[in-house]
Amino acid sequence: MELLNQVTQFVISGLATGAIYALIGLSFAIIFNSTGIINFAQGEFVMLGGVLTIFCINALQLPLLAAICAAVAGTTVIGLLFERLAIRPLKNATPLALIIITIGASILIRGVVMLLWGKDTQALPAFSGNDPISIAGATLLPQHLWIFGVTILVIVGCRLFFHHTISGKAMRACSFNPRAANLVGVSVGRMVLFSFVISAAVGSLAGVIIAPLTMTAYDVGVMLGLKGFCAAIMGGMGSGLGTVLGGLILGTLESLGAGLISSGYKDAIAFFILLLILFIRPQGLFKKGETERV
Amino acid sequence: MKSDKIKFFIFCLVVLLAPLPLSGSYLTNVLVFVGVNSMLALGLNLLLGFAGQISLGQAAFFGLGAYGSGVLTSTYAFNPWLAMVAVALAVAAFAFAIGFPVLRLKGHYLAMATLGVGVIANIAFNETVDLTGGPSGLSGIPNLAIGSFTFDTDLKNYYLVWGFALVMILLALNLVNSRFGRGLRAIHDSEVAARVMGVNARLMKVQVFTLSAFISAIAGSLYCHVMTFISPTSFSYHTSVELLTMIVIGGLGSVYGSILGALLLTMLPEILRTFQDYDIIVYGSLLIVMTIYMPGGLVKGVPALFRRLTPKKAKEGANA
Repeated sequence: MELLNQVTQFVISGLATGAIYALIGLSFAIIFNSTGIINFAQGEFVMLGGVLTIFCINALQLPLLAAICAAVAGTTVIGLLFERLAIRPLKNATPLALIIITIGASILIRGVVMLLWGKDTQALPAFSGNDPISIAGATLLPQHLWIFGVTILVIVGCRLFFHHTISGKAMRACSFNPRAANLVGVSVGRMVLFSFVISAAVGSLAGVIIAPLTMTAYDVGVMLGLKGFCAAIMGGMGSGLGTVLGGLILGTLESLGAGLISSGYKDAIAFFILLLILFIRPQGLFKKGETERV
Repeated sequence: MKSDKIKFFIFCLVVLLAPLPLSGSYLTNVLVFVGVNSMLALGLNLLLGFAGQISLGQAAFFGLGAYGSGVLTSTYAFNPWLAMVAVALAVAAFAFAIGFPVLRLKGHYLAMATLGVGVIANIAFNETVDLTGGPSGLSGIPNLAIGSFTFDTDLKNYYLVWGFALVMILLALNLVNSRFGRGLRAIHDSEVAARVMGVNARLMKVQVFTLSAFISAIAGSLYCHVMTFISPTSFSYHTSVELLTMIVIGGLGSVYGSILGALLLTMLPEILRTFQDYDIIVYGSLLIVMTIYMPGGLVKGVPALFRRLTPKKAKEGANA
């Protein structure tokens, strides 16, 4: 019984972090699908979400909701600048150059945040208190509910955007065939810019809602980014249900592994899964067909 | 070919004479690490610059070399030279084994997979406390020695490390001009075309990956004996990115570019001492700016810039 309660607890907290990984995975997929770029600075957008919210609350004395909006807006502007200043000048770039550029951007952002706000880990207060809710012998924090709620909203929102608005459809057209999209009057450059903007917004939102649970600091982006990528890979780099499932599976396995095996190897578990999937099913767990692989 | 030999000879001379005017000052110590980083950068450049295969996990092989040598000599009192050879061979065998699945991946996926290998290795260095001392590090590693001659000063270590580095540079220079080197460059330009021409691309990629791991492991062994203390932070993702920055700045696909990059980026933190931790801002900006404006690195970019500027000047002179 004791073990069962523990496992339920691990699964609940695993699902919550998994939802975050799903959101980050989604933000990877948005850029990848319109440009073919894997943005190594994606984790930094997530980190910026948390760090900027804390800055807005502590230094600017903004109320929580306003602080969150400001932080997401701020990160979005950085995503926009990043595309204009670093990605756009590289026309017809090789994947290698793009990898190096995005790695450069990631450590640049990390460095600037460290310079401005120091190295300390900071916590964001939980959105609606810390009184645990008991479910089936395990406890659920109100923040967990926020995470599930926001994740579902964002995923439904993205789905509606990509399938039911002109801009969303245009972006999908670009990912399918940029030249053809251009011929029918879609500005591919603008869609690429859009994808960076949306991706930065989604990523930073993930960073905001996880900050009360895990604390945040200038260097949390690497791990979060890599795990989000792992979720995206599990879902086959699609922006749909696969990535969400991938994130949830990853979060749960990680949480169970940390609880039952060893907490020190928690991150190693995620990367072990990442490597296994890259080696065995690089097209994703739920997808048929080919991806880039020789 | 002949000018290559002269170049290498001049380079050897510079390396030989460099520490003399410094007379054992702190800078000699920095130059020791330039040597270690040169080897690491060279290893990565063979893989990335020549064969076009990115690795963000070079620090793993560096760390395996360092911890392998460190643990064998400090805890188990192995002969350091024997340990170095054994560890380098073991790391190369390990790289060869993981090379086949890893190098089937391309581009972004390859980058993420190698990054994953690097992170897992770093977690292992941190968590296997009984073996590695965990986050507090491993100390009591002996200096290298030949008979009663111990490499215990900066100057002795300088010649030790650069002796190894020069051998590797010579090896790399010969390698890149060989059939194997041409094969690698063919893979870089187009793997499909290389295959059509009869290059065994898959095997060659694994071979150069193994070689770069071997070089990194030797650098790791030397590093642990020079430092006599190692901790996991020296073998983190940050180190892998630093190495990447070195070869991007020096010049992808250039042997001497690797050395130049290692020299500049190892000296940089010493110059920016007041900024200490903020050197990553500099690395990040350099990576972006160099990739956009000087994709060939300094060794190719500076002469090109010079050529572009000189005829202009001549014209201006004529007009005036």
